[in-house]
Amino acid sequence: MADAVLDKIDEKVKNNKVMLYMKGTPDFPQCGFSAHTVEILKSYGFPFASEDVLADPVVRDGIKRYSNWPTIPQIYIDGKFVGGCDILHELHERGELEPILKSAFAK
Amino acid sequence: MITPEEIKATLAKSLPVSLVETQDLTGGGDHWQLIIVSPAFEGKGLLEQHRLVNEALKAPMEDQRIHALALKTFSPAQWEKLGG
Repeated sequence: MADAVLDKIDEKVKNNKVMLYMKGTPDFPQCGFSAHTVEILKSYGFPFASEDVLADPVVRDGIKRYSNWPTIPQIYIDGKFVGGCDILHELHERGELEPILKSAFAK
Repeated sequence: MITPEEIKATLAKSLPVSLVETQDLTGGGDHWQLIIVSPAFEGKGLLEQHRLVNEALKAPMEDQRIHALALKTFSPAQWEKLGG
């Protein structure tokens, strides 16, 4: 990774059990998909870190390249890219999200 | 803005699809929800399934004809279990 922003993202993804890249902040989301993602994550009560991509266009572009994923929000658990709002919602509905979170925090 | 026919035609170019249902979420033709059933999804996780769709729709997403995309993806076996 020759790119400073990708290094910065990689560090945050690796140093936080749950890292959310979103539009706005958890208290003031600026997009419906980001708001729904926060709502799902908060329902489990595990702590999560977040970064507002609207505050930094370099991060907004960089996160899409980092994961090769075209949209925001993006959720990373235990250093791994999980998906966007749809995938998190689907995992939540299927009951598959809690075990992923539990195992991340059990380490 | 894009039409359901264009979405279906674009998808079919690179993804074998057995079912595509489109829903225009805002009426503006650029926020879409798609239900897609494809044999290419067999044995793949959601992330990989969605990646295949994003890749297939890369051009209309990049030129903003599609501004937002909500996806529900199923393999034919998963779809059948749901009663589809």
